[in-house]
Amino acid sequence: MIPTYQQPTERGYYGQFGGAFIPEMLYPNVEELRQQYLDILADPGFQQEYQQLLRDYVGRPTPLFEAKRLSAKYNTRIYLKREDLCHTGAHKVNNTVGQILLAKRLGKTRIIAETGAGQHGVATATVCALMGMQCIVYMGEVDMERQKPNVYRMRLLGAEVRAAMSGSRTLKDATNEAIRDWISNPVDTHYIIGSVVGPHPYPDLVARLQAVISEEMRKQLLAKTGSELPQYVVACVGGGSNAAGAFYHFLEEPSVQLVAVEAAGHGVHSGHSAATSVLGTPGIIHGSRTLLMQDEDGQITEPYSISAGLDYPGIGPLHAFLADSKRARFISIEDEAALKAVAECSRLEGIIPALETAHALAALDQLGAGPDDVVVINLSGRGDKDLETYIKYADAIM
Amino acid sequence: MTNRIKDAFDKKQKNLLNIYFTAGYPRLHDTVPILKALSAAGADLIEIGMPFSDPLADGPVIQQSSTVALANGMNLRVLFEQLRGIRQDVPETPILLMGYLNPVMQFGVDNFCREAAAAGADGIILPDLPLDDYVEQYQDIFRRHNLRPVFLITPQTAPERIRRIDELTDSFLYLVSGPGTTGGANTQAEGVQEAYFQRIEAMHLRNPRLIGFGISDRASFQRACQYAEGAIIGSALIRALDGVDDAPAAASQFVSSVLK
Ligand SMILES: Cc1ncc(COP(=O)(O)O)c(C=O)c1O
Repeated sequence: MIPTYQQPTERGYYGQFGGAFIPEMLYPNVEELRQQYLDILADPGFQQEYQQLLRDYVGRPTPLFEAKRLSAKYNTRIYLKREDLCHTGAHKVNNTVGQILLAKRLGKTRIIAETGAGQHGVATATVCALMGMQCIVYMGEVDMERQKPNVYRMRLLGAEVRAAMSGSRTLKDATNEAIRDWISNPVDTHYIIGSVVGPHPYPDLVARLQAVISEEMRKQLLAKTGSELPQYVVACVGGGSNAAGAFYHFLEEPSVQLVAVEAAGHGVHSGHSAATSVLGTPGIIHGSRTLLMQDEDGQITEPYSISAGLDYPGIGPLHAFLADSKRARFISIEDEAALKAVAECSRLEGIIPALETAHALAALDQLGAGPDDVVVINLSGRGDKDLETYIKYADAIM
Repeated sequence: MTNRIKDAFDKKQKNLLNIYFTAGYPRLHDTVPILKALSAAGADLIEIGMPFSDPLADGPVIQQSSTVALANGMNLRVLFEQLRGIRQDVPETPILLMGYLNPVMQFGVDNFCREAAAAGADGIILPDLPLDDYVEQYQDIFRRHNLRPVFLITPQTAPERIRRIDELTDSFLYLVSGPGTTGGANTQAEGVQEAYFQRIEAMHLRNPRLIGFGISDRASFQRACQYAEGAIIGSALIRALDGVDDAPAAASQFVSSVLK
């Protein structure tokens, strides 16, 4: 099979990125998943259950909304893909619904997850409640503080939230702890990873489960604009799952410009940033060869972003390949610009976006889109979880 | 080609003690004094941990020692510098370097193997190095420098994979005692661990076996030695170095407490 942007090689490579660099303790579980995931995803019984849950539980299809006032401001045609209207408030649930069904078919009874912004943790806790499965979520101590409402939501849903105390106590460290848990519980546990990261087959699995976003976009664009293809698709990138979902069915359409937006924190070269495509070099993080922020000794460096969901020193291998091959354009946005975009979207469209999503919105003035161009922004999540941050930075925002 | 790991197992068939410690811990320049102390006290093999910022397979004790070692300024260049000339003082005890793939990749695998061999190392343990990558990309380099890879086996490793691993090395097999990261306690039901060790024993593999993870003292060492040629202790030794003034003396004392 010829590898494409959509389809990694059998060993999970997108170009030079991907693979499965895992200790032997994880090998049987990851190998089991690798051998079965495509068959399970293709199984009509699985598809029926998955599609039904996406419709009746998640609330799909999510609307594609023409943002007229934002369009007027930027003098182009802006559409918002409303993933914020998914049950639990972000795109993350598309993946967890699929993976919980997969876990059931693998005979697993205990679910673990990592979370940064808490959206993936909430989405995992939610489907575990739905399926009556035990759920443990690892979250960096710093993130537990800055995304407090999501910690309470997870607990209310019956999940146990365990604080990750190592490193910068953010998403990377939560992922380390989740992997250590999986090493310690190799038989009954499935790890629902929250982005297109980790060892093969996770990046491909999560991309396929998020691909529903762009599948819907194409149909909705056809109905609203007369063409399935826009000129631009824009999404923020932490690990890259919402971007992978938004890009997926446009990857092989060269006329569509794919724009991935990373968090520049206090500035790309300030030493407090998470702009991996600029600052990263090839290396191994969480079982995958990808671009990552590291020092010359190969020690992973601590990222920084105001947004917990983008505060990660790597990107998924698909995105490393998209950056390397220049199939996607990467833009980085600083904290302050993201906060301004929160206010702008709130006031012009009546939609309060998540901090992660705000980075994608803040890239609008850098696209160079013309008045007739169609720009789709993946509105990955809503801002309820970030209210405390928005209050704290009210002066900067307003 | 001879190799000190082979020699160690030829000389002694039972009760081999392999001690792991983290390079540059508790202080940057403790590496060589601890190494000498371990060897003099009777450790049969020594694994030097190359600290990594994100040690996925390690529990809190080795994580902490790695963090301290990195803060102390340990890196591969410093380690190779420290080890220079070690074979004058420690001529026979096999030395293995254990760590994660990323720092080694950034150093360059070729460079790394050359420096490791020049420093007197005999084996390399990189738990996150995939077997296929080893065979396709690194086996020739390892062989050229007479470095033996050591691979891990767990209770979940399938028999045909164990056979493949056994074919890929001439050193020993690292039997991970049960589910968990380094330093964890054995939480398995009575008999489960023994059945696993016996199952591996009954495969009559080419390589000797050392049992690691959760071995912490004389009693657990002796118990492990009933099922394999020896055992590996890491976290317990590092715990014994915590907060002491004389780390080499503490290391020596620890080995004595296990052996006598
Ligand atoms: C709303 C929202 N968008 C984006 C992200 C970033 O993740 P990814 O890059 O995997 O989409 C998160 C992660 O927590 C999120 O909550």
